[in-house]
Amino acid sequence: MSIIVDKVSYCYSEDSAYKVQALKEVSLTIEDGEFIGIIGHTGSGKSTLIQHLNGLLKATSGHIYYNGQDIYDEDYNLKDLRNKVGMVFQYPEHQLFETTNFEDVCFGPKNQGLDKKEIELRAFEALRNVHFPEELFYQPPFDLSGGQKRRVAIAGVLAMHPEVLILDEPTAGLDPAGRDEILGLLAQMKRELGITIILVSHSMEDVAEYVDRLFVMNGGELMYEGAPKDVFRHYKELEEVGLAAPQVTYLMHELKEKGLNVDLDATTVDEAKQTILAALGR
Amino acid sequence: MIRDITIGQYYPANSIVHKLDPRVKLFATLLYIIALFVYKGLAGFILITGFLILAVKMSKVPLKFILKGLKAIVVLLVITASFNLLLTPGEVTFFKWGVFQVSDTGIRTAVMMMIRLIYLIIGTSLMTLTTTPNQLTDGLEKSLSPLNRINVPVHAIAMMMSIALRFIPILIEETDKIMKAQMARGADFDHGNIIQKAKAMVPILVPLFVSAFRRADDLAMAMEARCYNGGTGRTKMKPLKYTASDRVAYLVIIGFLAAVILLRIFVPYFG
Repeated sequence: MSIIVDKVSYCYSEDSAYKVQALKEVSLTIEDGEFIGIIGHTGSGKSTLIQHLNGLLKATSGHIYYNGQDIYDEDYNLKDLRNKVGMVFQYPEHQLFETTNFEDVCFGPKNQGLDKKEIELRAFEALRNVHFPEELFYQPPFDLSGGQKRRVAIAGVLAMHPEVLILDEPTAGLDPAGRDEILGLLAQMKRELGITIILVSHSMEDVAEYVDRLFVMNGGELMYEGAPKDVFRHYKELEEVGLAAPQVTYLMHELKEKGLNVDLDATTVDEAKQTILAALGR
Repeated sequence: MIRDITIGQYYPANSIVHKLDPRVKLFATLLYIIALFVYKGLAGFILITGFLILAVKMSKVPLKFILKGLKAIVVLLVITASFNLLLTPGEVTFFKWGVFQVSDTGIRTAVMMMIRLIYLIIGTSLMTLTTTPNQLTDGLEKSLSPLNRINVPVHAIAMMMSIALRFIPILIEETDKIMKAQMARGADFDHGNIIQKAKAMVPILVPLFVSAFRRADDLAMAMEARCYNGGTGRTKMKPLKYTASDRVAYLVIIGFLAAVILLRIFVPYFG
């Protein structure tokens, strides 16, 4: 079970004055059960890339294989693919439309053609999984706060029981507490439900702590890939393309320059604490 | 898919037509429409076609881009043409069935009507493709300003129009986004009968309306925060000024209409 992207290129509004080459021969592989981060500056092609993964955009050239099958094959069922690869868009709260939160979460499973009991079971379970307060289940979604709406929208995708969950900037516009909550939730879902999670973000801090592997996009091309530690070693190059390594990385490099023998690969506050204490011999 | 709608969209290019004063283009469009409904006979038709081709060439907008706008009115064209074709009585009747009949006059009016509508869309979209919404409303405001004296709120109308035009691409983009989001949740817009298809629109329309109202609210707030209070005493950053080419354009378009009228009077033959 894996996603293989093979030399995918994509062009927006091909034959018009607004032609934009959004992706240039991007190739990457995502294994089952991984927590992947895709990072890039605004306009680097990261949102375009993920829309290919569930067939919403069709590559101008190149192929995408899901579990060994080419999704551009004539007889490939794209609707089926979208059931397996769930996608939470940027500001997903804007897609809510039903009269109650519960009904809205039911929309996905309903489209999958499940029977009523199963639909409601899944909706219930999904809303519980995102820690949505039960007393708001049957309230209209339009009265909720931004963070709560976002939970409903994520639950709406979760209720379809996807094997892969893609999230485009799920923390945009949330305060730090809301951000940590959503990201913690994702890590928990990956552990408990065993689904592959692909997280798109432009914030290194967001991903450093959670993801297993990182893809850095720049100008429609794949710039780096690897574990966060390995990617952050290129912190100077990252800065040149308008991204930044986590603040901890900078601190570690400065400490090292000042003569303290710390581990440069520390990216989270916790790791930093450990290595500084070790370096000080305590 | 939905990005294909070109009516009301601007196509950036560096051409004479783009640089003309918006008032000239508005006036020219008006005279062009009059000419379309005034002309009679083959000679007039050739003149209008030549004028249109020349204008398109000078605008540097690819023909493909202009013709895309016609896709939106295909249904209208078919309906108009079939009504004209089937319901017009004439001297020679080729075919009759109940109230329906195909006659020589019917065929002629159907073809004429098609041509008029197609030319109308091409001509007007050429104006919107070469004029930014801001220029367009500036031009409109200035052209209609005499109406201010009889208490027509010209500025408010122009402002509403520019906002409406400005929001077309935004709403199209928004629709595209919402459609994709609902498709990712398994929504199906292409299959089923007409009632199922209409029902499938609900998950798009509700979020679209909600966001349109939200945007309207935000915009009103932002305008008030910048002390917007209507047109009185408001100055322009780029006041409209006529140049030599604008004067030439005025002469050309007036000459064009005059020629069309003269051709109608003196050579109203064929078609």
